[in-house]
Amino acid sequence: MAHLSQDLAVIADMVLPGTRVLDVGCGDGALLEHLARTKNVDGRGVELSQAGVNACVARGLSVVQGDADSDLADYPTGAFDYVILGQTIQATRYPRTVLQQMVRIGRHGIVSLPNFAHWRMRTSLLGRGRMPVTRALPNAWYDTPNIHMCSVRDFSELAQELKLTIDRVVSLRGGKPHAVKPFSISANLFAEQAIFLLRGA
Amino acid sequence: MSEAVAVLAPAPPLANVAEARFAGPRALTLDSGQVLPELTVAYTTYGELNAARSNAVLVCHALSLDQHVASDNPVTGRPGWWDLMVGPGKVFDTRRFFIICANVVGGCMGTTGPKDINPATGQSYGLSFPVITIGDMVKAEAMLLDRLGIAELLCVVGGSMGGMQVLEWMATYPERVVSAMPIATAAKHSAQNIAFHEVGRQAIMADPDWCGGDYQRHGVVPSKGLAVARMAAHITYLSEAALQRKFGRTLQDRQHFSYAFDADFQVESYLRHQGRSFVERFDANSYLYITRAMDYFDLAADHGGVLAGAFGKLKSRVCVASFTSDWLFPTAESKKIVHALNAAAANVSFVEFATDTGHDAFLLDVPEMFATFGGFVSSAADHRGVKRVG
Repeated sequence: MAHLSQDLAVIADMVLPGTRVLDVGCGDGALLEHLARTKNVDGRGVELSQAGVNACVARGLSVVQGDADSDLADYPTGAFDYVILGQTIQATRYPRTVLQQMVRIGRHGIVSLPNFAHWRMRTSLLGRGRMPVTRALPNAWYDTPNIHMCSVRDFSELAQELKLTIDRVVSLRGGKPHAVKPFSISANLFAEQAIFLLRGA
Repeated sequence: MSEAVAVLAPAPPLANVAEARFAGPRALTLDSGQVLPELTVAYTTYGELNAARSNAVLVCHALSLDQHVASDNPVTGRPGWWDLMVGPGKVFDTRRFFIICANVVGGCMGTTGPKDINPATGQSYGLSFPVITIGDMVKAEAMLLDRLGIAELLCVVGGSMGGMQVLEWMATYPERVVSAMPIATAAKHSAQNIAFHEVGRQAIMADPDWCGGDYQRHGVVPSKGLAVARMAAHITYLSEAALQRKFGRTLQDRQHFSYAFDADFQVESYLRHQGRSFVERFDANSYLYITRAMDYFDLAADHGGVLAGAFGKLKSRVCVASFTSDWLFPTAESKKIVHALNAAAANVSFVEFATDTGHDAFLLDVPEMFATFGGFVSSAADHRGVKRVG
């Protein structure tokens, strides 16, 4: 089995065994397969790319070709224990709506995102005056799928505004997970990525 | 449907062509309440049923196709309509799976239909043949499987009307279906689709040689009407882009307009050919009955108006597929099926293939489709413990 990326490993850690999970933007299905094998999770996926859907279907996973912006409305309320948006929210057109759909469909939501306020980003923008290109965000500004970048603090504020409960935040710093507070100044400076465990009102 | 164009020419799989006869006063009770006293189901199989009887795949054919899926059609001499998909080393690998396809009830390729003899009168049924439904087709398929000693289908698959049968299988015999692939289909026939069918039926009935459906006794065939029905329907199986790409405004065997009503344009000549060749292999009354069966199909209506209700007991893995340029059974219809399956918490996958070839794409060489379907079937078979080849 493919090795899980670090943010997916943190997400997998947040999911309780024997639950129902919808992975939105599930890629090649690595997380869903991992959850099915190690936690007896009943998983479903949504994926935009044909290659991703094919990989998932060949793994025996149930994945619907579609996108977070338009297709989440089709899912029944409360159908899943967890709805996961792994490195997906920043690529959606309407992140607010997607988050609202997430907590409607799932009892919990898990969101992982790249932190645009990481110090490397800040120095790149400040020092070089260029849009940052980093390990976490390797694309040039003109061909990135990430159209709604935010910082850990930005996301925490949006969650608050949408009246979502933030149950846990884990930052990835130098590839290592740390439990942090949503509005921690140091997390906003040093987290390369952040993973939020959320609940609706 | 148009026959699939054979891109590759490998040896076709060995076909076993057979018939199953069901007799008795009520061989098949139909959804209409009428009964067929005698029923013959003509079918073809490829590959071998394994000892566990766990590798059976039922292929359901579309409106104008038949049971000759992967071997030469005895009437036309052309390759089977899905020989790109079924055969050794293909998506439905005949070395691993036991493939069955039966001609539908009401058909004209060996299964009991309107051109056959009504045992009560000794004459052809004609219009005295009872109206049949997609449910009746599936019931007859289930009887055939019972006869063959097959309790469970590893996969039931079909496109268009074949996909309607797949959906019916999922709703009526969920416990017999391990996995299912409804392709380029819908859970109900739309008003537009009923309208197109009505044009076809009216064309047949307007042909004086139809003789009120009694043409067999008069020794004639309503070939003009049936050909027009086919021409109109054939347009709906293609797309504007495909017609433009294939024919454009190119003239047929001439430099200038004839200033008459010959087939000046290639597209006219092509459609006329489609019409003519269809008449040679299809029965006009069968066309009336089978189009009617599709019109009547509305799976949600059979379950209190809620499509999800049709899938309440479904444990099967399902892969729903559509094509971007299919305007006859558009992606939105497939999404309704997916939506209902999600609401029923079923194991559903959905994929939309990008092609400009229209509804008939499922019969054509679409490599992405082969990749998805192959992965789906193979993983279902692995899960069910069906031995891999080699």
